[in-house]
Amino acid sequence: MKLFSEENKAAFTGPLNMNNPIAVQVLGICSALAVTSQLAPAIVMGLSVTVITAFSNLIISLIRKSIPNRIRIIVQLVVVAALVTIVSQILKAYVYDVSVQLSVYVGLIITNCILMGRLEAFAMQNAPWPSFLDGIGNGLGYAWVLVLVGFVRELFGFGTLFGFQVVPQAMYEAGYMNNGMMVMPAMSLIIVGCVIWAHRSINKEEK
Amino acid sequence: MNPIKKFFDNIHPLVEEGGKLHCLRSVVDGFETFAFVPNTTSKRGGVNIHDAVDSKRLIFFVIIALMPALLFGMYNVGYQNALLGGGDTSDFWGLFGYGFLAVLPKILVSYIVGLGIEFTVAQWKGEEIHEGFLVTGMIIPMIVPVTLPLWMLAIATAFSVIFAKEIFGGTGMNIFNPALITRAFLFFSYPSAMTGDNHVWVNSDKILGLGYECSDGLSAATPLGQAATEGFSGFDCATVNDAIIGLIPGSIGETSVIAIAIGGLLLMCTGVASWKVMLSVFVGGAFTGYLMQAAGLTEIEWWHQLIVGGFCFGAVFMATDPVTAARTECGKYIYGLLIGFIAVLVRVLNPGYPEGMMLAILLLNLFAPLIDYCFVQSNINKRAKRALKK
Repeated sequence: MKLFSEENKAAFTGPLNMNNPIAVQVLGICSALAVTSQLAPAIVMGLSVTVITAFSNLIISLIRKSIPNRIRIIVQLVVVAALVTIVSQILKAYVYDVSVQLSVYVGLIITNCILMGRLEAFAMQNAPWPSFLDGIGNGLGYAWVLVLVGFVRELFGFGTLFGFQVVPQAMYEAGYMNNGMMVMPAMSLIIVGCVIWAHRSINKEEK
Repeated sequence: MNPIKKFFDNIHPLVEEGGKLHCLRSVVDGFETFAFVPNTTSKRGGVNIHDAVDSKRLIFFVIIALMPALLFGMYNVGYQNALLGGGDTSDFWGLFGYGFLAVLPKILVSYIVGLGIEFTVAQWKGEEIHEGFLVTGMIIPMIVPVTLPLWMLAIATAFSVIFAKEIFGGTGMNIFNPALITRAFLFFSYPSAMTGDNHVWVNSDKILGLGYECSDGLSAATPLGQAATEGFSGFDCATVNDAIIGLIPGSIGETSVIAIAIGGLLLMCTGVASWKVMLSVFVGGAFTGYLMQAAGLTEIEWWHQLIVGGFCFGAVFMATDPVTAARTECGKYIYGLLIGFIAVLVRVLNPGYPEGMMLAILLLNLFAPLIDYCFVQSNINKRAKRALKK
C-alpha cells in the first residue's frame, strides 16, 4: 500500500476545493461567522480545528472496529472533547490573548458539524492514514475560508491586518471611515455567501 | 415621423442578434421602451392580464409624487444652513440654490452607481433593463443626511443594488426595499455619519460661494434626537409648526409633512400606492403612540409621533412599495398596522435608536409573504368548506 496513492490524495485535496466543508457542504458556519472579525483568531481557530479533526479522525479510525455501533456517537464525543480540551489548554498557555478573543468558540469545536460529519462519514469506514489525511484536508478547507473572511473583515472593519494598521493615516484624514458593519456577524454571513458564490461560479463546468 | 422614433428605428438593426452593437441591445431596448410604449403584445397561449399603463409609465407617477418633498428638501437644506450660520433666511432662491447644489451630487451618484450596476447585470444576463431603480435612486438621496460623504453613498447604493435586488432576481423580485437597505447599510456601517449630535443633519460649508460657514461648536439635532438625548417634555408649538411645514433638521426629503402629503395624495389618486397601507401605518403609529404616552413611557404626544422623523415619508413612499408590501387586501391592513406599531415601539423603548421607521419597514418586508400566505390559505380553506357543503 502506497502512502500517497490516488485515493489518499483525493481524501486530502477534495475538501480543500470541490468538497469544501464551508463552501460546498455549508457546515461549520456558526463558528465561521463568530471568530472571523479579525485575522489572528481566524487563523488560530482554523489551525485548532485542523489539528482536532485530524487526530480525532485518526483515533476513531484506529478503534473503529471495537466501537459498539449503538454508542458510537458518545465514543466519538469523548475523543473530540478530550482533544478540544487539550487544544484549549495549549492555547491558553501559549497564545493567551487570542484564546480570550476566541472565548467559548474553542470549546464549541466539540459541536462543530464538520467534526462529527467526518467521523461518521469517513473515519468509521476507513483506515487510519486516509482518515488522518481527510481530517487535515477538511480542517484546512475550513481554515482557508475563515482566513479569507477574516482578512476582508479586518481590513475593512478595522483598517488593520494582524493588528497592524494597513489603511494609511492619510486616507482617514481624507474622510475614509472603517465600515462598522464588517465587524458585525451579519456582514460575515454575506461575505461567506460571496465566497460560496465565487466558488460555485468558478467550478460551474466541473459539476 | 417623430425624430426620436426615427432614431430608434435606425439603430435597431445594429443591435439585433449578429449586429455590430449587439452588446448594447438591452440598453437600447431599455431607452426605447422608456420613450415609447412597446408595440409588441403577449404571445398566444395561457392567460395574460394587462393594465393599460405599463410599469415604466407607473414609475413616472412615483417620481412626480416625490418631487414636492425633494424640492422642499433642497430649500430646507439651504434654510438650515442659513439658520445655523446666522445668515439671511428670507432669500428664497439663494437658499434653494444652495440646497440644490448640496443635493444634486447625491442624486447623480445614486443614479450613476445604481443604474450602472443594473445596466451591466441586464446586459450580462441578456435581460431587459428594468426601471425600478429610477424610483429607488431618487428615494436614496432623500433618506440620508445632507452631509453624508458621496463615497459612502456610492458604496451603500452598490451594496443594496447587488445584495438586496440583483441577487433576488432584479426588479419585482426583491424581498426588501432596496432604498431602505441602502440606508440600513449606512446606518450600521457608518453610524457617526448617519446619526449623532455633530453636524450630520446640517451642511456647514459654503458651496460655490453660496451659503454660510458655520462654526464647529454649533450643533443641530433632529427633534427626535433631542427627545432621545436631552431632558424633554413634549414639543412646543413652534417645533410642531416647523415639523408640519418641514423646517426642521433631518434627512433631505423626510422633513415636510405638507410636501409628502401632496405626493401621497397623487399616489392615492392614481392608484399607484395602496391607501390601505398608508392609512393603517398611521393608525398603528398613532395608536401605539397613544398607548406609550398613556403608559407614561414617553412625553411625546401621540400625534407628534406621526409628524416628526421619517414616519410620514416611510408611510407614504416606502411602506407602500408594491413589490415588498403585502399583496392581499386584508394583509395590507395588518402589514401597515404592524409597521406603525413597531416604528413607535423602537422610538420609545429602544434608547439606542431615536428613529424606528426604517427598522420597522424592513422587518415587515420580511413578514409580508407570511401575512399573504395566511390570508390566501384562509381564503382557500373558506372556499373549500363552502364547496364541500354543496
